[in-house]
Amino acid sequence: MAEKFDAIVVGAGPAGNAAAYTLAKGGLKVLQLERGEYPGSKNVQGAILYSDALERIIANFRDDAPLERHLIEQRVWILDDESYVGTTYRSAQFNQPPYNRYTIIRAHFDKWFSSRVQQAGALVICETTVNELLLDGKRVVGVRTDRQGGDIYADVVILADGVNSLLARKAGFHPEIKSKDVALAVKEIHFLPQETIESRFNIGEDEGVVIEMAGKISQGMMGTGFLYTNKESITLGIGCMLSDFKCQRTTPYALLEKMKAHPAIRPLIEGGEMKEYAAHLIPEGGYDAVPPIYGEGWLIAGDAGMFVNGLHREGSNLAMTTGQTAARTVLDLAAAGKPFSAKNLARYRERLDDSFVMKDLKKYRRAPEIFHDNSQFFTTYPELLNRAAHTLIRVDGVDKKTKEREIRRNFVARRSAWGLIGDAFKMWRAFE
Amino acid sequence: MSATTVKVEEKLYQNRYRVDAGRSHVSIRDPELCASRCQTRQCTVCCPAGCYTLEGNGRVVLITDGCLECGTCRIVCDEHRNLDWEYPRGGFGILFKFG
Repeated sequence: MAEKFDAIVVGAGPAGNAAAYTLAKGGLKVLQLERGEYPGSKNVQGAILYSDALERIIANFRDDAPLERHLIEQRVWILDDESYVGTTYRSAQFNQPPYNRYTIIRAHFDKWFSSRVQQAGALVICETTVNELLLDGKRVVGVRTDRQGGDIYADVVILADGVNSLLARKAGFHPEIKSKDVALAVKEIHFLPQETIESRFNIGEDEGVVIEMAGKISQGMMGTGFLYTNKESITLGIGCMLSDFKCQRTTPYALLEKMKAHPAIRPLIEGGEMKEYAAHLIPEGGYDAVPPIYGEGWLIAGDAGMFVNGLHREGSNLAMTTGQTAARTVLDLAAAGKPFSAKNLARYRERLDDSFVMKDLKKYRRAPEIFHDNSQFFTTYPELLNRAAHTLIRVDGVDKKTKEREIRRNFVARRSAWGLIGDAFKMWRAFE
Repeated sequence: MSATTVKVEEKLYQNRYRVDAGRSHVSIRDPELCASRCQTRQCTVCCPAGCYTLEGNGRVVLITDGCLECGTCRIVCDEHRNLDWEYPRGGFGILFKFG
């Protein structure tokens, strides 16, 4: 008879780690399986850590978690080919501990999180790919791994196996992901001396800057770019909806190269040494793309459940919160001596519906569709805005009233008066 | 800079891999289908590691050594579903140093 656990968690990303940690702290016999050489070796994120979600799991995480820089400044850039217009928010309040957001390097961070999971008492086994779920009728009773004699049984299985969610898909719990529901992001990490980063971004030791970018860098696709400062490195990348990538002829790496060559971006990474190139899918389908997330003996947490708020660039916090919530649901049932039936596990979904996770996804449920069908937000408007800024700022003997008229004429010529009103309405609907 | 001058190999060269020699985790089910019936062959454009190359005769050649395990190819091949796609065996494939 194979060994049996109270719970198996598949995957050692933020969702899996939050789940395994919570279950082990709750006294269950937990097995966590990770296919990478070490936790984090298969995981990719920008990456920004939102303290709140982690604090609710490990209150003292700041004591020893590998954090890069706390963020004190947020820039948003709307780019055309040569310029950008943007906003900057920088606040001394973000320089007051406890800090709200940090840049992190996921391979380092996930390793740390996993060490906490192991301290909490979970058994973590790496270099083990789960190939499929073991089913008894409709009930999940364990997992089949790629190890010799690799069947392992448990009363409940939490699937935190990432965006591709292969296990639930193979078991028929949900259909294949649609290309309109995921973004493909590529990124690089460039190493620079710490002092260079601090002088280039006007920041002190441990202080960090985020730049979020939209506009012509995505070449008409629905997408955004980013640049984050780490301690001794800069990560930058760009992600666009896969359905848009499908319809054009630009490779993701060509898109990234073009972004890096932008006159506003190139000087920021000048002289850096590129040490890794990564790609990842981000589930951005939103509320309506969330698959069934529980059933007989199983729960889904993190990216596998499409828990990403694309508009606000939030994902790892939703992953940790869903992982923790899944684990709490399991613990409550275990304490009450109730079976892990679909009926009982439905409580997981109810809890998420009551939390920021589903509330936020619901708030922006229309956004993916609106941005999908209106590429002018990524092409025409960035161009118009940049041209308007140029017209206004350039001093050339033309009076301001004439300049304003020219700007207005440009907007109307490109989008028409009704088009402008319609676009404003669409924007409002997307964020409403 | 044109799209064709970007060499993805130079990027992948920075990455760490443990290649599972002789055991490709992704394979094309019916190569004939790519050559004859697939009009777009978007795998050759969308794959961020450039694992799919289009030969002159219309055939698509897949070499998974540089695979970043993102899943893009599986999802863009939605018309013909012509890929067998699994994760590599435990411990093999891309090993992100930073992620």
